[in-house]
Amino acid sequence: MTREIERTAGIPVAQIATIVPIMLTVGANRIIPGVAIPHPVGNPALGPEEDKRIRREIVLRALKALSTPIDKQTIFEK
Amino acid sequence: MTYRIVHYINQFYAGIGGEEKAQHVPEMRNGAVGPGVQIEKLLGGSGEIAATIICGDGFYGENTDEARSECLKMIKEARPDIFMAGPAFNAGRYGFACGDIAAAVAEELKIPTVTAMYPENPGVELFSKKTYIVITRDSARGMADAVRKMTEIGLKLLRGEKMGPARLEGYIPRGIRKSFFHEKNGAERAADMLTARLCGLEFRTEYEMPVFNKIEPAPPVKDMTKATIALVTSGGIVPKGNPDRIRVSSAESYGAYDISQTDDLTSELYESVHGGYDREWANADPDVVLPLDIMRELERDGVYAKLHEVFYTTTGTGTAVANAERFGREIGEKLKNAGVDAAILTST
Amino acid sequence: MRLELHKVRINGLAFSDRTYTSGGVLYICKEEAVRLIAEDGRFLSVDVDIACPKESTRIIPVKDVIEPRVKIGKNNYFPGFFAPMERAGAGKTLVLDGAAVVTCGPIVAFQEGFIDMSGPGADYTPFSQTYNIVLSVVPSEGIEKHLYEAALREAGLKLAVYLARCCAENGAAADEIQTFEKGDVFESDKKGAALPKVVYLCMNITQGLLHDTYLYGSNLRTSFPVLLHPNELLDGAMVSGNCVSACDKNTTWHHLHNPVVQTLYARHGSEINFLGVIATQESTVLEGKLRAAEVNLSIAQQLGAQGVIISEEGYGNPDTDLCLNAKKFEQAGIKAVVISDESAGTDGASQSLADSTPELVAFVSTGNVNEMIDVPAMDKVIGYKEAISLLSGGSEESLRSDGSMSVELQSIIASTAEIGFSKLGCEWV
Repeated sequence: MTREIERTAGIPVAQIATIVPIMLTVGANRIIPGVAIPHPVGNPALGPEEDKRIRREIVLRALKALSTPIDKQTIFEK
Repeated sequence: MTYRIVHYINQFYAGIGGEEKAQHVPEMRNGAVGPGVQIEKLLGGSGEIAATIICGDGFYGENTDEARSECLKMIKEARPDIFMAGPAFNAGRYGFACGDIAAAVAEELKIPTVTAMYPENPGVELFSKKTYIVITRDSARGMADAVRKMTEIGLKLLRGEKMGPARLEGYIPRGIRKSFFHEKNGAERAADMLTARLCGLEFRTEYEMPVFNKIEPAPPVKDMTKATIALVTSGGIVPKGNPDRIRVSSAESYGAYDISQTDDLTSELYESVHGGYDREWANADPDVVLPLDIMRELERDGVYAKLHEVFYTTTGTGTAVANAERFGREIGEKLKNAGVDAAILTST
Repeated sequence: MRLELHKVRINGLAFSDRTYTSGGVLYICKEEAVRLIAEDGRFLSVDVDIACPKESTRIIPVKDVIEPRVKIGKNNYFPGFFAPMERAGAGKTLVLDGAAVVTCGPIVAFQEGFIDMSGPGADYTPFSQTYNIVLSVVPSEGIEKHLYEAALREAGLKLAVYLARCCAENGAAADEIQTFEKGDVFESDKKGAALPKVVYLCMNITQGLLHDTYLYGSNLRTSFPVLLHPNELLDGAMVSGNCVSACDKNTTWHHLHNPVVQTLYARHGSEINFLGVIATQESTVLEGKLRAAEVNLSIAQQLGAQGVIISEEGYGNPDTDLCLNAKKFEQAGIKAVVISDESAGTDGASQSLADSTPELVAFVSTGNVNEMIDVPAMDKVIGYKEAISLLSGGSEESLRSDGSMSVELQSIIASTAEIGFSKLGCEWV
């Protein structure tokens, strides 16, 4: 879906997902590793403050990925 | 009942001539011509070749649209129950023409179509998914075998009989997976396959790994402080009650929901309907799948300009790739028209 | 280790004033069975029903299926649950062969499934051929989901043990004794030095509510891959807490009958040297998937494995674990064959796995989970037929007013179980 949105709209798409190998295989270009399958953007198990802090960090990383020029599939780690 | 067949062949098999007659324009003759005579014989009384369409390989290749449309007109007139073309063996232009016209007939007339060629014929790669291509040898020495298989498969298709796997029926697989019961169970087949591998013997995998296509990365956002960002998710976050009934798996649809007045996703108003993961966390706070709360904070802080009013959602378990691609195209279209600069997509 | 399965053949079910077996019929004292389960206190109501092969009966939604068994002389089973923590796989086990306890209860989450005892749906599940004792419960008000799942899981095991125990106490005699005997790795090495060494990597879903597996009563999710003697799997070490996507759920019954174990056992000493079973996880975090793959390989390499059969449980993200395992083993020179189902779409034209790796060259398919099947209405429905709209592969439109359904194979229990029990597979057409 990510690939098709990017291709059709011509806009960068940052994908936040836990299973990075699948993202690489299906062709997502800007990949941000998620925390866990049931909660990719945050870690509620660590309490609300920590959860939000982690979420913010991941989203900021996604926004950075959207502003970064790349020429191939790239994983944006911490 | 006697089935009506229309058969397509080239100038050579019609006895008109060789390469020098390759520009022969499409013509229709009553009854069977060339290999069609053998096909008719094999059918016994169950079918007859009502008409044969003949066209030069060169003409079809160089004037494809015209040739196709002319041939289709003539084929329609002859009211076939089934359409056959070739066999083309390894002749590239003939294979292209057979595949092309068979595919067109299948689409337009919605009747079964059968052609035949050698696996390396370029017509195979182009048309194997759109018609039944019987596998032949690389030359007309394989004629008897080819017409026999064409007839067998043709009759099965006409009678609606159960078809076996492509490799056993003798045609090029059309890219579709179908379930069948084997002689042995999966564990036995696995042990057999492993033993073969350990002994260095040949084995046949039941599924080959696909190769995915990649695309050029889209250019980055130049100035994030001026950008509009959209949120998309395959984690199945929907307004409570799932008003559009998005399926818990094998999704056939996606939803678009207004968040222009929302700062935070809460369990009162939203939930997850994705059947493939433990939804405890997502239901308690949907932001862990669709990070609206943080996106609003960052919007307020001016990190980026605007959060797109609508978010798109579907469930990403068991989703047919074809559907996922369609959703992507449609959502992409909408985002483009709305002037969105970038998107964040979350998946579970 | 020597395991004897003393099989009492069951080919009939009936209610009676006590629980025992005679002439191949399992007689059940319903009141006693219900009381036994109800004493747990977590259920608002408990009921026991029976469903026999060829009947026009549908059981829906199904949580698990368990074979009634006890250790002879000890009258317990499922160490960690209804037997003290003690290694499984040795001694004598009484088996009510052909009988099965099926647990049924309101749906906890999506992707639970059904069993049809006759009709086209019956061909796709082994439980249309077993004599089923169906335990239906209604959980008590407001009970938390995880507790409800645990309660029903335990209730199913408890009932299975009760049935077998009563029969043992009433002197049930075995019609057939099946023996599984194998030494440890070194002994096998000495005897079968020339034979290729094969290990079985049994992947289990370990992903949270209704997606968990238990080894000796402990949730496998929080542990590391572990090496087991094959007898342990055949004798109740593994219990299923998985109701996700009914089609490829490995029920507790499937674990007890693990066909990969049985097949490798049959070839042990003649074709191969069956080293043992590595029971492993399917983590929900990438780190966990990578870790498990490395440890799986580590165990296999230390045993000197030359070949591995890998069975998956589930589809989607576990396909990544599958590909990682295949890749790591192949790269280490260990030949791998995987058993997995496919999610190729209702039209069969989609790609079958969520992930891919070129090293995965030997694939055994257990069918396309999305393939549609039409099943007729059944005269009797045990459970909740409205549940079909919440089952994976079903939507509200699937259930017609006459009771017939159009659903994907996904919703039939164990139709595509990747443990390799059925003969279903996929081909290109």
